[in-house]
Amino acid sequence: MSHANAAAAHADAHRTSTGLSHNKLLMWTFLASDCMFFGSLIMTYMVYRGRSVTGPYPDEIFNIPFTSVSAAVLLLSSLTMVLALAALQRGKVKVFRVWILATALLGTLFLGGQYYEFTEFSQHGLGLGTNLFGSSFFVLTGIHGTHVGLGIIWLLTLFALSFRGLVRQDNAEKVEIAGLYWHFVDIVWIVIFTFVYLLPY
Amino acid sequence: MSHPGGETSVEHAHPGAITYVKVAAILAILTITEVSVYYIPALMTIITPVLIVLSIAKFLLVVAFYMHLKFDSRLFTGIFAWGMFVAIAIVLAMIALYAY
Repeated sequence: MSHANAAAAHADAHRTSTGLSHNKLLMWTFLASDCMFFGSLIMTYMVYRGRSVTGPYPDEIFNIPFTSVSAAVLLLSSLTMVLALAALQRGKVKVFRVWILATALLGTLFLGGQYYEFTEFSQHGLGLGTNLFGSSFFVLTGIHGTHVGLGIIWLLTLFALSFRGLVRQDNAEKVEIAGLYWHFVDIVWIVIFTFVYLLPY
Repeated sequence: MSHPGGETSVEHAHPGAITYVKVAAILAILTITEVSVYYIPALMTIITPVLIVLSIAKFLLVVAFYMHLKFDSRLFTGIFAWGMFVAIAIVLAMIALYAY
């Protein structure tokens, strides 16, 4: 084995000393920790939701049809995200750009819906400090929205980097890891939609 | 796939676009069912378990297919399951703390 090949083999062996991508391992570890974080926030909401002594109360202000559309938008963004990854893995960079941009736009649409919802709630007199429901609701959904916002920045960065040739078929794992984060944000909303909006108390 | 370190990767090829679209269709049906159940008064007595089951089904579909846990190493599944286990333990502990 030549010196160059030996060096490359050493680098590869270091990168995959577990037989797995360490970058993916790190992302999954982060997502596991984020599970605990959101688990605490969702439980805090569930405990506090029925303990407010003043209104407005959830049943008075939730707009289920509107939130259902928001949930569908975020679910759809998971499909476009995975299609972006599939395109890049097949070497179709232009198709990848279309899907990754669509994902970022759907994420932005979701955030726009959240802004509208927050504004509506505010007009109904619900603020962060109004009651226990308001405090726990805004903290939970606000932190989730922050996750979505960071995800959009990540996706747009990948979109921009693809024009400089830095996102390619041979390093599609960069997109896969961003996708893991994006899908996680989606599954957190699946849980929030059920436990915060739909379940009766 | 073999690696220089001698280990054998247990990651498998990811599914194609058609599978992803099929999963999306199932997710859409489950979401429509969730919202429909919410509006049917006759189902109020069983709404909580039904919604939780539907939510778990959607969660598992995204994790298995879109996040590729069905095809990737079981170590990733184990790491994520551990996080979920702790999260659920937190939820149960809080219920026990506040309900009694």
